[in-house]
Parts: sequence; C-alpha cells; structure tokens
Amino acid sequence: MTETPQTLAWFEERLGLASMRKFLAHKTVPVHAGTMWYYFGGITLFLFVIQVLTGTLLLLYYRPSPGEAYESVQFIMTRVQFGWLVRSVHSWSANLMILSAFIHMFSVVFLRAFRRPRELTWLSGIALLGLALGFGFSGYLLPWNTVSYFATKVGTDMAAAVPGVGHYIARFLRGGNDVGGATLTRFFGFHVAVLPGLTTLLLLAHLALVQKHGISAPRWAEEEYERKRMPLPQMPFFPNFFLRELMAWYAALGVLGSLAALFPWELGIKADPFAPAPAGIRPEWYFLAPFYTLKLIPSHVWVFEGELVGLLGFGLLALWWVALPFWAVDRKGIERTRWVTGAGVLLIAYLTTFSALGYWR
Amino acid sequence: MEQARRSLLRWLLGGGFSASIISFLYPAFRFMSPPEVPEASINEVSAGKVQDLKQNQGRIVKFGNLPVLLVHTSAGEWRAFSAVCTHLNCTVQFRESSSQIWCACHNGLYNLNGQVVSGPPPRPLDEYAVHIRGDEVVVSRRA
Repeated sequence: MTETPQTLAWFEERLGLASMRKFLAHKTVPVHAGTMWYYFGGITLFLFVIQVLTGTLLLLYYRPSPGEAYESVQFIMTRVQFGWLVRSVHSWSANLMILSAFIHMFSVVFLRAFRRPRELTWLSGIALLGLALGFGFSGYLLPWNTVSYFATKVGTDMAAAVPGVGHYIARFLRGGNDVGGATLTRFFGFHVAVLPGLTTLLLLAHLALVQKHGISAPRWAEEEYERKRMPLPQMPFFPNFFLRELMAWYAALGVLGSLAALFPWELGIKADPFAPAPAGIRPEWYFLAPFYTLKLIPSHVWVFEGELVGLLGFGLLALWWVALPFWAVDRKGIERTRWVTGAGVLLIAYLTTFSALGYWR
Repeated sequence: MEQARRSLLRWLLGGGFSASIISFLYPAFRFMSPPEVPEASINEVSAGKVQDLKQNQGRIVKFGNLPVLLVHTSAGEWRAFSAVCTHLNCTVQFRESSSQIWCACHNGLYNLNGQVVSGPPPRPLDEYAVHIRGDEVVVSRRA
C-alpha cells in the first residue's frame, strides 16, 4: 500500500503531474441552454480515434492493388475473425465522424463561437472537415468496387474541370490519365499516411487554439446573465465536463456498435473498368448534394459548360462559408446575427433537401 | 559598414536557406507528378463476330485501354462511340428500351448518332468507325 504514493512521486518528479492537475482545475466550460452542443467536438475526436484503431487493424490484411484490393477486403470480411465487424465499424465510424463534424460546425455557427478572436479556430476546424471529406473520398476507393470506382472517376474528373490547372490536378490525383491501379496506390498513400499526418498536425493546432481562447459562450447567454447581474455559470472541465463527455463517447460507441453489427457494411461488386456505370449509382451521403446539383445543371449555361459552372458555384459557396467569421461583422464591428443565422439555415436546407433528392431520385 | 555587412549576411543566409528548401521540395514535387507513359497506338480492334450482338443491343469493347460502346441498331446498322460520358467521365451503356445511350451517373442521354438528347453532358460522344469483314466486326478510329 505504501508503494502507491512512492510510484506517484516517481511519476510526479518526471512528468510534473501537479501542474497538469492545477491547469485542469482552472479550465471551465460555460453552462447554458446550448451546452449539449459542446460535446460534438469531442465525439468527432473520439470517432477519429476509432478510425485510427480500426484502420490500423485493416492494414494488417489489406492489399492496395487492383488485382488484390477487392479480394483482400473480401478475405477480411469472410475469413478473418471479426473482420466483418472491424471493417463495418471503420465504415460506420467514418460516416458518423463526418456527421458529428457537420453538427459540430453548425453548432459553432449558431452559438457564434467563430467570433473574434476565434477566427483561426474556425479556419482550422473547416480545414479538418475538408480533410475528413478527403479521408472519405480516398477511403471509398480502397475496396475497389464498382460504386467506388465510378465515384472516383466522377470526383477526379470534377477536378479536371478547373480552368488551367485542372488537368494537372486530375493527373496528380489519379497518378495517370485515368482511374486505375496507380490511383488506388496513390489513394491508399493519401488515406493512411498523408491525410493522417496533416490531420494530426491540424488537430493539435485546433485543440491548442480551443485551449488558448477557452470555450466560447453564446452572446444571448452572456446577455441573459448580464441582465441578472450574475456571472455566467461555469462547470469545471475536469472532472465534471470530462465525465459527461465520456458518457457521450460511450453513447456514440453504443450507436456505432449497433449500426456496425446490425447493418454490416457491404462490399458490392468488384470494379470493372470496362463495365458501364450501374443504374442507381450514387456517392456517399455527404457528397449527395453536389452530386444531385450536377445532375440538374444543364450541359451549357450561357457560353460555359455546365460542369464548370457547377464547380465555380461550389467553389464560391465554399469560399463564402470559410470566410464566415470575416463577413459576420460589419466595419463598425456590429454582428450580422440575422445574416449568419440565415446563412446557416439556408445551407442546412440546401444540404438536406438536395441530399434527400439525390438519394431518392 | 557594419550594418551593410549584417544585411548582406542576412540576405545570404536567408537566400541560401530558401534555396535549400526549394532544392528539397522540387524533387519531391516532381516525384509526385506521374510520368507520361507512352501507350501503344491502336487504330482498330476486333469486336467479335457479327452473330454475337443481336439487333437493338450494345456492348462495351476494349479499344486499347479505352472503353468503346458498340451498338447494333434495330435497323441493322453498326455504330461505335467512345463509352466515356463527356460530362464527368462515367462509362455509358446502351438502353434497349429506348434505343438510346445512357449514363447512369448523372442521367445523361445520347441518341444513336452520339448527340446529346438530354441531361448535363456538354458534348457528343466521339464516334468510331465500324466495318464488317466477313463475319467479324472491326472497330477503328475515324480518319
């Protein structure tokens, strides 16, 4: 029994745990009607950790070549013990992570957490969402099935539509002129090395910024307590918020485990570069809105090709959204609250409506 | 004099450092750009026997590493088009029900002359020549 304090003292001397405890004791989280939305950042992080763990397990059997990729995933799903579950958890977790990241992003918008001085936190978060979509796009090809093959053809061909440099971007992504073995190897490299490296760096920056500026409280909550002449209630991050966050992770794990076990992720049919695109083909849900938009744009808009107009539209929309913290205040520093709320509502309406239409039509 | 020397050293150090960074990045950038791999130029391929494809049917044949859609029309004519949709690169298919060429990805529709009928494709499909030699169907590039 006397061992424990001695062991602790040994670690204390080497790690300086007391300063960490002191630091955690001072960190607080605002308590108000919207506090529950704070959990989604942590849930996204938790699901990313699940991705890393299950992805590492899949790496033990996966082979990134057109002749072996599909068969190796089939082997994982049919011969490796719990292989079907590990792959299903990886696929479901990827989807839930992107959903959680979207919820986190919109909660930041509606709670106005992007306001000065948190512009860089917003930008790093948006870049992380972009990387998450990159993970989704690159990982989608790895099983080398028909749907993923055509999704990659369409996705990389959209890049080719960028005026001037499009051809080079498409060639860089594909590793050649068309989607093939070189693309699969390249996407595997992006998926398991380049994107995880970039994500880790950005994630550290994002968390450091959250740490530096603290957790933002919405203006309405601050004003409510200003009227009451009371300080906004806070809860200690450790252990109060941390334990609640753990419960949220546990709930997320329950949802993930249920989905993965009850609805195992399918493998589909092996890709055949000389087969036509099958009827009813569609991308993952998070690319459905641009997919359906591209279906609606006519072949030509005035003198421009429809796909170029679509690409330009998506680019401008993305730029407008990324720049949100900079147009959310006017030159006098007054917040454009209605504009921001309207933009958020419109974007959610566009994404949900077009995704639903893309799924069912 | 001292200031000028310091300034010169700063420029030399900064310039040398920048040049060394560029010398590391340039090969890495070139490494990532896929090399042009010359492909054997194919001008014609055998697409099988005449009796293999009935009227009002189509199938994809390999033209080197390109997919080509061979169609035997209900009027008995033979047509061949690039099977790559001009919209976003998906592979098209022949629809027997409407005798049209259809892209499942974004619902692009072409007629049997390769012209766009509806949907987002911006250009017609490239046409290939089809010749019958004995009982063999031969698809070739148009001159």
